[in-house]
Amino acid sequence: MSVLVDEDTRVVVQGITGGEGKFHTEQMLEYGTNVVAGAVPGRGGQEVAGVPVYDTVHDAAREEDANAAVVFVPPAFAGDALFEALDSPVDLVVAITEGIPTQDMARVKRKLRETDTHLVGPNCPGVITPGVAKLGILPGNIFSEGDVGLVSRSGTLTYQVVDDLTNRGIGQTTAIGIGGDPIIGTSFIDALELFENDPDTKAVVMCGEIGGEDEENAAQYIAEHMDTPVAGFIAGRTAPPGKRMGHAGAIVSGSGTGTAESKINALNDAGVPVGDTPEEVAQNVEDLL
Amino acid sequence: MRLHEYQAKQVFADAGIPTPASTLAETVDDAVAAAEDIGYPVAIKAQVHVGGRGKAGGIKLAEDKDEAREYADDILGMDLKGYEVDRVLVEEAVDFENELYVGVTMDRGEGEPVAMVSTRGGVNIEEVAEEDPDAIAREHVDPAFGMHPYQARKVVYEAGVDRAVANDVASVLQTLYQIWDDRDGSDAEINPLMITSDDEVIAADAVFNVDSDALFRQPEIQEMEEEAGGGDELEQKADEYGFDYVRLDGNVGIIGNGAGLVMTTLDLVDHFGGSPANFLDVGGGAKAQRIANALDMVFSDDNVDSVVFNIFGGITRGDEVAEGINQALEQFDEIPKPVTVRLAGTNAEEGMEILNEDLVTVEHTLEDAVQRAVEYAQEVEA
Repeated sequence: MSVLVDEDTRVVVQGITGGEGKFHTEQMLEYGTNVVAGAVPGRGGQEVAGVPVYDTVHDAAREEDANAAVVFVPPAFAGDALFEALDSPVDLVVAITEGIPTQDMARVKRKLRETDTHLVGPNCPGVITPGVAKLGILPGNIFSEGDVGLVSRSGTLTYQVVDDLTNRGIGQTTAIGIGGDPIIGTSFIDALELFENDPDTKAVVMCGEIGGEDEENAAQYIAEHMDTPVAGFIAGRTAPPGKRMGHAGAIVSGSGTGTAESKINALNDAGVPVGDTPEEVAQNVEDLL
Repeated sequence: MRLHEYQAKQVFADAGIPTPASTLAETVDDAVAAAEDIGYPVAIKAQVHVGGRGKAGGIKLAEDKDEAREYADDILGMDLKGYEVDRVLVEEAVDFENELYVGVTMDRGEGEPVAMVSTRGGVNIEEVAEEDPDAIAREHVDPAFGMHPYQARKVVYEAGVDRAVANDVASVLQTLYQIWDDRDGSDAEINPLMITSDDEVIAADAVFNVDSDALFRQPEIQEMEEEAGGGDELEQKADEYGFDYVRLDGNVGIIGNGAGLVMTTLDLVDHFGGSPANFLDVGGGAKAQRIANALDMVFSDDNVDSVVFNIFGGITRGDEVAEGINQALEQFDEIPKPVTVRLAGTNAEEGMEILNEDLVTVEHTLEDAVQRAVEYAQEVEA
């Protein structure tokens, strides 16, 4: 089994006529994803990679029975695109776009509370159920089918850890890149809950980083609600306080919370082994299975 | 993006928040003329992006012309925690009874704006937040509706602000929220908001940080940023190239894609006994020219003895990265610093075929690449 994405996922790609939208639509199709439509205002009636394009997500969802959207819309228009997807409505929205203004995301988050839609991202690599479908930009070839769930704030770090898992013969149920922005749709806890309720997920890897308190909150959730074992990784041990390291959330205030140390301690206290290197994380997962 | 105090005050004053009379000065003579104009006492305040300016000697109170000259001379040109002071704000010194803290920020955990008021103003509010969180009253704001006037009053009453000025303080808070909302603020703060013996409220300091991702729709703020300048030379260069870059004090230069992976590379350099010289994230989907720019950045840091590339392609393609590395290195007769490359993910195999192995060392795993780069750096130091 899997979470969020399965054989019945029918995808509309918002921004399919753009460079990234087109390239990754082709990649998704090649992986076997059911990309059924594109949506770009003013481009209705065109075709990209054999996929019909509609002017609105609403039309695409109605005409092609789409139930998921992947968003490749530029940051200035992405907030609006997310509202459109939530309004269409679809069950899952995966927002790849990096650099969406935070206040736009606060409004999207507000809208999200009124819907049953799962939003993953923004500024994320997407979601993949190996062998079934990928929604986003993840390189499909490094993933393999199996029984480990993965949730991560960082895209490329996800790839690194998956590569180490796959090299050890450990496959994945679903991998979810939740994104590194300050305001995101799906949190660690949301993803952990999905994996906990998936009977086929036998262990979970959680990759966090410095900044914010999401990892600490997730550690508490793991201790209180999870039977499925979790292995962890925290990036940014060497980051100096007060400096922003790329992700908006990845800043250490120097006040004790949000540091690599506080996150590692919280996870250890919840019984989660935290690896020093991605390779060690894969080793820990092997031991948990 | 952070505005200087004088710029933040301008934004606040334009929206109707009372601020003290003030003039920006770049020379001692201009500062003295401004002080004469405003009338004594005046505060002379260094305009640099440094916290704790007062304690570091960057703010002084002048009672007369001689003091104004002396202090302006002291402060202009001084080195304040690594920043050279090239501008001072000469400001009317307000005689106050009480000091409040008023702020608006994004509560990331909740994904909602939050307005804050405290009667413990005039001090480091982060310390208050840690020692006595209850001393700060908070009110979350629904971003779809904005702040209702009753919410501004509620948080002001809850903070225990004196009745005589409560409505005026609520009005300042309401305006501050509106500025924050209209201008894509990330943090807007007044600390202290001074209360005079005549029950006037005056913003004696101003902090305004704007979401860098929203600058495209804030042309006036962007202009202020360009005017402000300053900062580390390499970090300025990184801004021009559009990289996320942080200079550190080690000697292993690091270039990667994706913040999490780059941070992990830094951690591994440390793990294998090396010391990272920088954090450089080329971002997603980097093309050849961008990769060449990244190498140029890291090469121009004199502390760097060895460079490691760690690229795991998703939206970024290995062949583009390899082209960029070749392009950047082929222009040298001799490669200035050894470069170790690890490519994985999208089009990595194509990239490996393109890479000119006469110019770089290729490694196939993250651990091997980092170890090799650390060894190279150690050889240079030895």
